Amino acid sequence: MRVAFELNGTPQYLDVDPGEPLVALLRRLGMKSVKEGCDTGDCGACTVLLDGRAVRSCLMVAPQVQGRKVTTVEALGTVDDPHPLQRAFLDAGAVQCGFCTPGMVLVAYELLGRNDDPTPDEVREAIAGNLCRCTGYVKIVDAVLLAARWKREGRWR
Amino acid sequence: MAVETRKRGAVGQNVTKVDGPSLVAGKPVFTLDLDLPGTLIGKILPSPHAHAEIVRIDTSEAEAVPGVRAILHFGNVPRVPYTTAGQGWPEPSPYDTVLFDRKVRFVGDRVAAVAAETEEAAREALGKIRVEYNVLPAVLSPEEALADGAPVVHDEPDAEGIYDARKNIAAAVDIPVGDVERALAEAPVTVEAACEIPYSQHCAIEPHCVLAYFDEVGRLVLRTSTQVPFHVRRIVARVVGLDPARIRVVKPRIGGGFGSKQEILLEPVAALLALRTGRPVRMAYTREEVFVSSRTRHPMRVAVRLGAGNDGVLQAVDMEVLSNTGAYGTHALTVLSNVGSKTLPLYNKARHLRFHGKAVYTNLPVAGAYRGYGATQGFFALEVAMDKLAERLRMDPVELRRRNHIRAGETSPIFEKIGEGREGTAQIVRSCALEECLRVGAERIGWKEKRARRREEGPWAYGVGMSCAMQGSGITGVDMAAATLVMQDDGSFRLLVGATDLGTGSDTILAQIAAEELGVPVDRVLVYSSDTDFTPFDTGAYASSTTYVSGNAVLRAAQEVRWQILEVAGAALGEPPEVLELSGGAVESRRSGRRLTLAEVGHRATYVTEQRQIAATASFACPESPPPFAAFFCEVAVDRETGVVRVERFVAAADCGTAIHPKGAEGQLEGAVLQGIGHALYEEMLFAKSGRCVNASFFDYKVPSALDAPRIEAILVPSEEPTGPWGAKSISEIGINGPLPAISNAIYHAVGVRMVRAPFTPERVAAALRLQGR
Repeated sequence: MRVAFELNGTPQYLDVDPGEPLVALLRRLGMKSVKEGCDTGDCGACTVLLDGRAVRSCLMVAPQVQGRKVTTVEALGTVDDPHPLQRAFLDAGAVQCGFCTPGMVLVAYELLGRNDDPTPDEVREAIAGNLCRCTGYVKIVDAVLLAARWKREGRWR
Repeated sequence: MAVETRKRGAVGQNVTKVDGPSLVAGKPVFTLDLDLPGTLIGKILPSPHAHAEIVRIDTSEAEAVPGVRAILHFGNVPRVPYTTAGQGWPEPSPYDTVLFDRKVRFVGDRVAAVAAETEEAAREALGKIRVEYNVLPAVLSPEEALADGAPVVHDEPDAEGIYDARKNIAAAVDIPVGDVERALAEAPVTVEAACEIPYSQHCAIEPHCVLAYFDEVGRLVLRTSTQVPFHVRRIVARVVGLDPARIRVVKPRIGGGFGSKQEILLEPVAALLALRTGRPVRMAYTREEVFVSSRTRHPMRVAVRLGAGNDGVLQAVDMEVLSNTGAYGTHALTVLSNVGSKTLPLYNKARHLRFHGKAVYTNLPVAGAYRGYGATQGFFALEVAMDKLAERLRMDPVELRRRNHIRAGETSPIFEKIGEGREGTAQIVRSCALEECLRVGAERIGWKEKRARRREEGPWAYGVGMSCAMQGSGITGVDMAAATLVMQDDGSFRLLVGATDLGTGSDTILAQIAAEELGVPVDRVLVYSSDTDFTPFDTGAYASSTTYVSGNAVLRAAQEVRWQILEVAGAALGEPPEVLELSGGAVESRRSGRRLTLAEVGHRATYVTEQRQIAATASFACPESPPPFAAFFCEVAVDRETGVVRVERFVAAADCGTAIHPKGAEGQLEGAVLQGIGHALYEEMLFAKSGRCVNASFFDYKVPSALDAPRIEAILVPSEEPTGPWGAKSISEIGINGPLPAISNAIYHAVGVRMVRAPFTPERVAAALRLQGR
C-alpha cells in the first residue's frame, strides 16, 4: 500500500508493507538516529515526534503516519550546527554511548515545547519512558534544564 | 562536582566529547547503521531445554523456505573448543564451548543458525528446523551442581581447562595468608556476614550486533559492537578456521557494554554464515536474547568472617565464595579471583587472610564480565560485615574504615597472591585519597547529624549508611596498549589507538592526554580507534584499563612525537632541540625567542627540508594496577508497612587520581552508582522450574528510569598517581561496588534489619521486618 506523510519537512509518498513497523520504515529511509533497543516500547530509543508528540516508532506500523508529520533528531541540527538542545546535551556531559540520546533529545524537545521552565522533577517525569544505562540520568536532567534556560533567554530555534 | 584539580592545558578540561556532535545529531555511526546491498539476516535457534542431547536435527523443511541461504548446526561446522571470553592470550577461562554442540546446556543455548534474505524468512526457517532432543536432568543452582551424583554439565572429552568437570566445578581458588582460623579464634571481636547476589544483566541499550561482509579484495570485515576488537579477530580466526590476516575487525560507536560485549558471541556465527553464502550478513540479538543468551553477572554467595581488636583494627579476614558461572565458564576463574583481589587489599591491617571459593556450572544462562567484575559481589559482603563490626564495637562506621584502610606508601600481600587467574604482582599503593573521600562524603550527606538522630514520618523510617570500595586500573602482566601518533603536513595530528571507546569517552580523554603533551587544543588531534587493520594493538576496554594503560601508551607516543618536532624545528632554527619549547601550537627558542608554528614544522618536515614523517608508535604494558578508591554514603527511607525502600540521596566521593575529563569521570561514577542501585533494589532475572528466564524484557526486568533514580552526587577527590598519565587512574567500574552495601547498611540503620539477599525488594524487606517483629 502507499502512504503519504511528511518526514522532517519533506513530503514522502511511497510503498509500504501494511505491517511494516514505523521504526523499520524510518531507518529504511535513512533516519538511522531512530534506534532499536527492545522492540516492545519499553526503552524509548526509537522515539520520534508524530505531529509534535513523542511516540514509540517500534509500536506503530507505517500506515499510521498517513497524512501526518514525523520528526526525527536529524531535523533538529547537524554536526557542525547542533540545535541548542543538542548543544546543551554536549555541554552538560549528558552523552555517553549516545544510543539513547536521539530519543532523549526528542522527548526533551517535546517537554520544552510546552514548558520552558520545568522543575528537575518535571524533566525526570518527561524522560522517564526513555532508558539510559550509562549516565544515571544526572547530566541528562542538567542538559534539559540548561536548554530550558537558553530557550527562556531566546537562544533557541 | 569536581574538587579543584591542578591547572593544566587540555587535561582537566571538560572539552566537547570528540564523538559527541555526531551522536547528538543522530549520525549513522553505530554497527547496524551501515546498509550494504544484498545483506542477509542471520538468526539463532535457541534451546528450549535446560539440558539435553540433540539426537537428530533435520533442516530439510527449513532449507525449503524461500530466501533461506544457509543453515549451521553441529553437523556442518568445525568443532573447535574455545572460550567466548574476550581475554588476552592465553585466556584464563576454560575452553568449554564449541560453536554448535550436540548438547545444549541452558534454555537459550545455541542450537542452529540461519541466514536468509529477510527477517521473516529467517524466522520461518527457525520454526521449521526439526530437532529431536533427549532431555537430561538439569542442575539449576550451585548447591544442586555440587551435590553427589549431580548431572554433569560438561562431560565432553575435548574441553580444556576445567577445574573438575565431573564435579561441575569450573574454577576454584584457595589462597591463605598466615593462619586465619587461629587468628579468628584469638581475636577479641568477630563478626560474620553472608551476602547473595542473583542473576542480573548489563542491559546496554544497544543489543549485541554484528555486520560481516567481504571487502574489495575478499577479506572478511566484522563491523561489530565489541569491547575487544583484537581478541575478536584472534578468536574468530581460530574458531572458523581463517587466517587472522584475512580478518579485519572494526568497532564503530557502540551503545554501551559494561562487560557484556567483552565476549565473542555473534561474530563467529556471522563470519561463518558470510563465508558459506559469500554475502554480507547482519545479526542482532533481540532484547530477550540479550538477557538470556548473552552474558550476566555471576550470581554469588560471599561469606565474610572478620576478627578485630577492641580498637577495631582488623586481625583476620576470611572470605569464601560460591559463584554460579552458568552453563559455560567464561570469566569464571577471573571474576572469582577478583572477589578477593579487588576487595581484601582495601583493609590491609589484617595479617591473617584466607580467600577461597568455587565457580560452578549450572544449566542456567552464562555469567561473564560485568562492571565491578567480582569486586561488586565481594564488597557487598565485606562492607556489610564491616558495618556489623562497627555496631559490635559501638564505633562510627566511618571511623572503623579510617582505622583500617590502606594508605599511600602501603601494600597488601593480596596484590602478589591473587592475580587474574594466576599469581598477581606485588605493588605499593602510590596514591590514595580515601581518607579525604570519607571526610568529604560524610560532610556532604550530613553523616554525623543523621547518624545520631534517626527520623521517622508515618510509616517511613529514615536511615543513613555507608561503604568503601576500590578497584584496579588494568591487569598487571596481561594488558598492553599501543598508540600511533602522526603529525600531518598542516601541523595537526592523527592519533590511532586500538583502545575501545564503548561510550565511556575514552577517545576524548586519549586526545586530551596527547594534546596536553603537544601543547595544542584537543580539536587538533583527530582520533581514530578500534580497527584491527589501521590501529595498533590494544587488549580492549575492560578491567578499568583504558585511561591508565592506553593513556600511558598515548602519552609515550606524544612524548616521542614532541621530541621529533623539536628536532625538525631545531634544524630549521639552527638551534639545539634542548633550548626549544613546545606550547600554544608553536615551537619557541628560550635562547633566541625565535618561533616556528606547528603548521610550519609540519610543512617543512613534509615538503621542504629534514623531510620525514613525524610519527611514533609507543606501547605500555601494565606493570602495576593503581587502585582508585571511593567512599559511598546514602540516605534511605523504608516504609515499615510495605517494605518499600526509597533511596533519597546518594553521595559518591571517588579518588581517580587526576580526572582527565571531570564531567566524563563524574558521568562514569553516576552511571555506575545507578546500576548498583538497580542491583540493590530492583534487578533480578527470575527462572521457572524448567530453567527458562521468565522476565527477559524491559517490561518485566526493572532497569531504573529517571523517576527511580535518586539524586546522585558525584564528588571527584583528586590525588596524583605518579605512574598514571598526567596523574590519572581509573573510574569506570568502582562506582558500582558501593550501593549494595551502603543501601543495606542504611536500611539497617533505618529499621534494624540486615538485608543480605539482593535485590532488597518490598517483599523481602517486609518479610525481614515481620521476622524482626516476632
